Amino acid sequence: MSDYPILSIVTFLPLIGALFVLLIRGEEANVARNSRWVALWTSGFTFLASLMLWVNFDSTTADFQFVEKADWMPGLNISYHMGVDGISMLFVLLATFLTPICILSAWEAIQKRVKEYMIAFLILETMMVGMFSALDGLLFYLFFEGVLIPMFIIIGVWGGQRRVYAAFKLFLYTLLGSVLMLVALLAMYFEAGTTDIPTLMAHGFSYNMQLWLWLAFFASFAVKVPMWPVHTWLPDAHVEAPTAGSVILAGVLLKMGGYGFLRFSLPMMPLASETFAPLVFTLSIVAIIYTSLVALAQQDMKKLIAYSSVAHMGIVTIGAFTFNQHGIEGSIFQMLSHGVVSGALFLCVGVVYDRMHTREIDAYGGLVHRMPGYAVIFMFFTMASVGLPGTGGFVGEILALLGAFEANTWVAFFAATGLILGAAYALYLYRRIVFGALTKENLKSILDMSPREWLIFAPLVIIVLWMGVYPVSFLDIMHVSVEHLVNQVETAQAAAAQAAQLAAN
Amino acid sequence: MGVSMLNLGAALPEIFLAVSALALLMLGVFAGKDKAFRTVSWLAVAAQIVALVLVVLGDGGVAFYGQFTADAFAKFTKVMILIGSSLGIVMAMNYAERENMARFEFPILITLATLGMMAMVSATDMLSLYLGLELQSLALYVVAAIRRDTVRATESGLKYFVLGSIASGMLLYGMSMVYGFTGSTNFTVLGDVISNGGLSVGTLVGLAFMFAGLCFKVSAVPFHMWTPDVYEGAPTPVTAFFAVAPKIAGLALFVRVAVGPFAGVVEDWQQIIVLVSILSMAWGSFAALRQDNIKRLMAYSSIGHVGFALVGLAAGTAEGVQGILVYLGIYLVMNLGTFAVILSMRRNDRMVEEITDLAGLAKTKPLMAAVTAILMFSMAGIPPLAGFFGKFYVFKAAVDAGLVTLAVIGLVTSVVSAYYYLRIIKVMYFDEPVEAFDKNGTEMNLIMAVATVILLAFVFFPNPLMDSAGVAATALLGQ
Repeated sequence: MSDYPILSIVTFLPLIGALFVLLIRGEEANVARNSRWVALWTSGFTFLASLMLWVNFDSTTADFQFVEKADWMPGLNISYHMGVDGISMLFVLLATFLTPICILSAWEAIQKRVKEYMIAFLILETMMVGMFSALDGLLFYLFFEGVLIPMFIIIGVWGGQRRVYAAFKLFLYTLLGSVLMLVALLAMYFEAGTTDIPTLMAHGFSYNMQLWLWLAFFASFAVKVPMWPVHTWLPDAHVEAPTAGSVILAGVLLKMGGYGFLRFSLPMMPLASETFAPLVFTLSIVAIIYTSLVALAQQDMKKLIAYSSVAHMGIVTIGAFTFNQHGIEGSIFQMLSHGVVSGALFLCVGVVYDRMHTREIDAYGGLVHRMPGYAVIFMFFTMASVGLPGTGGFVGEILALLGAFEANTWVAFFAATGLILGAAYALYLYRRIVFGALTKENLKSILDMSPREWLIFAPLVIIVLWMGVYPVSFLDIMHVSVEHLVNQVETAQAAAAQAAQLAAN
Repeated sequence: MGVSMLNLGAALPEIFLAVSALALLMLGVFAGKDKAFRTVSWLAVAAQIVALVLVVLGDGGVAFYGQFTADAFAKFTKVMILIGSSLGIVMAMNYAERENMARFEFPILITLATLGMMAMVSATDMLSLYLGLELQSLALYVVAAIRRDTVRATESGLKYFVLGSIASGMLLYGMSMVYGFTGSTNFTVLGDVISNGGLSVGTLVGLAFMFAGLCFKVSAVPFHMWTPDVYEGAPTPVTAFFAVAPKIAGLALFVRVAVGPFAGVVEDWQQIIVLVSILSMAWGSFAALRQDNIKRLMAYSSIGHVGFALVGLAAGTAEGVQGILVYLGIYLVMNLGTFAVILSMRRNDRMVEEITDLAGLAKTKPLMAAVTAILMFSMAGIPPLAGFFGKFYVFKAAVDAGLVTLAVIGLVTSVVSAYYYLRIIKVMYFDEPVEAFDKNGTEMNLIMAVATVILLAFVFFPNPLMDSAGVAATALLGQ
């Protein structure tokens, strides 16, 4: 391993880029052009730097790697502690991978206040990467909440008609959940004397305390995932956000909740997790079936994909709470593939939205006649979303369902119905937009994808195929860490069961 | 250090400030009244800066036969008060000359009020406490009505005077009860008597009245009614001053009284503080939702902030006091910055103070909008800005003291309050611009810039403020 603080570089490089963008002065056209290029280069470099994480990653250990520790608030025993393991490393890469794509996708779509837009995105990247690599509870909270500031601005300034409503809803919903998590963090600090995540994982809180802590964390993560019935901010936020905002929202921000479950709830509160697993299963199943049905009825393309995200994230939460290797690996894999696929689907919507400025499904139809290239790409990602074997979506779903089957057959049964419904709404959407006769006048002159758009989709297609055809290169990285997590949870649960038995005798 | 000593050296900054104020008064009178406004103002600022240096370099100690203590706690709060007051005068100068209130008495009154506040936070006897408090209050009543030719300012001054006098009366009544039942006015003696002999009913009644009076002075609910009217009615620089220095001094005094003589009976007054704190946080958040005038909004915001600060006091521990002090330090920076923004809201040479006047500021003045957005996010307590850490420390103290419910309620109300701070950002960023504001004064830009840098940089360097607040808290609770 090299001695460079790679994680800090990856985290704060975008912030430095944002400072440079801030300093750009001059004529408006020049400022816009320079901001775009600076942002693209910064995020590109950040992605390359984050690849160093992958190259130097040691997948034979469950320990945290690339660890950096520095005094922050020594009086309170809170430190700047960063590091990644097999679970978080891939999320860091997901964030750094999607950001340049987002910036590229906004190249022409965003024409007003370009400079501010780029600054917001770069700050957002810092927050996302920092959140996935923080190893201190307070640091984690800082990044977790900090995400809201740029997201609020992105939706509110560059969003659609009801952007103000959507931005407020996103902000306040998430904030309300998060403050409860803050109280839980403070309670953990009071109990354990630190907010250091590895120390807290080893602490072993009492069962009673775990219940309260779990609920408080759940309030925050469930909103973020989002789980039914606190998912209602998501369709609004997605519909009103600009394309790149939707991509990052679906691609990375939703994963924060799932990641939170795996980083906090499972290892720190294993007993409470076991107690509440039926609750999570129930809510997830309701989410999968209900939101899939809702998706079928949508008239707005983005809203449909937003509801499909809720359904897909239901599989993720089910997988996470199976407490077995398959389920958790499936859950992580599903998050990664959903991050890429749903991001790509929002980009697909963006392509036609940029041309026609409407997201109404009825306004389209027969696009295949004018846009064959687009039809292929859209088809590809629709299939990936449905979970066609050979694409990334398949691997995650099958693993998560396998895990669910091991844990509880009925859960697996109901979760699997989601796949059928998923195929229904995704293909129905595709049919209405792409197939049929090209009857609408204004569609007759629509142009196929530009080279820039091809450039955006190319890496996404490659990644999705790679994940589908050779998933081992991703699963290997997480394998040991997940094994460690499963052991941790099982040991705690077994110990508690034994203690209960002793008490009973 | 002997208690039975005059020891004037410990009160050197206060003595210097008193002499300077009188000298400036002479200067103002003999130099031909209001022509000397700017000179007197700058000299008053200079006097406060000298006093600040004296406070920082001073050794402290007990003076006036135990009535006055210059400890680390007093030092910390005096530094904040002097920064707030001197910047208050600086921010007022241009405004006063434009708006025809350039009276040389203004900076002198502020200096006298500052002197009163400094005496307050150093008071270790009920008599010196009252003396300091009244010096402050009387000066402030006049300052509130300094624009005697406008109805609104006069009304606000009168309102402030009448209600403030009632508060002082309650405080005095409470003090007399406490004195009657314990036989002393000195905090140390009182502390001994109460810790050893317990709390008699009479003392408890006295304590309740004293707390009511103090709640009045810091505008905590249910004694907050004067605040919105006074904030709205008073000239804006006066509001800015009110929102900062007297608040800090009042809360510091509150802390000194609560964990000083009454340290032994925390559980008896804790419930009062918890209730007042919850009410202030809730009312400060909910009532602000429908305000359109930004000064009125800031009044409710300050009520909410007092509630948050009192969460730290409710804990009753050294950690809680440390939390309050950190909170107040950050509050000082945020409020100075915000009022610099409000004082820059001028269009066609006239002050405007509706929130909708900020519409589209992000287009017309992007930098000022960014600064305001940072200030508002910080006020709402969103990390990684400094405002979050203020809340973090007080709530941490509350959780450590077992007040989890209070922490939950407080944080939930902070979500409500986030709504109206966000509304300001929404108006600036999402709405279409109206006519641009006039050019900002240099001093306003400077204050805004410094405040923003502090709020942004605090996350990287939290320790200086944390540590000095820790020293101050230890000095007060002696652990």
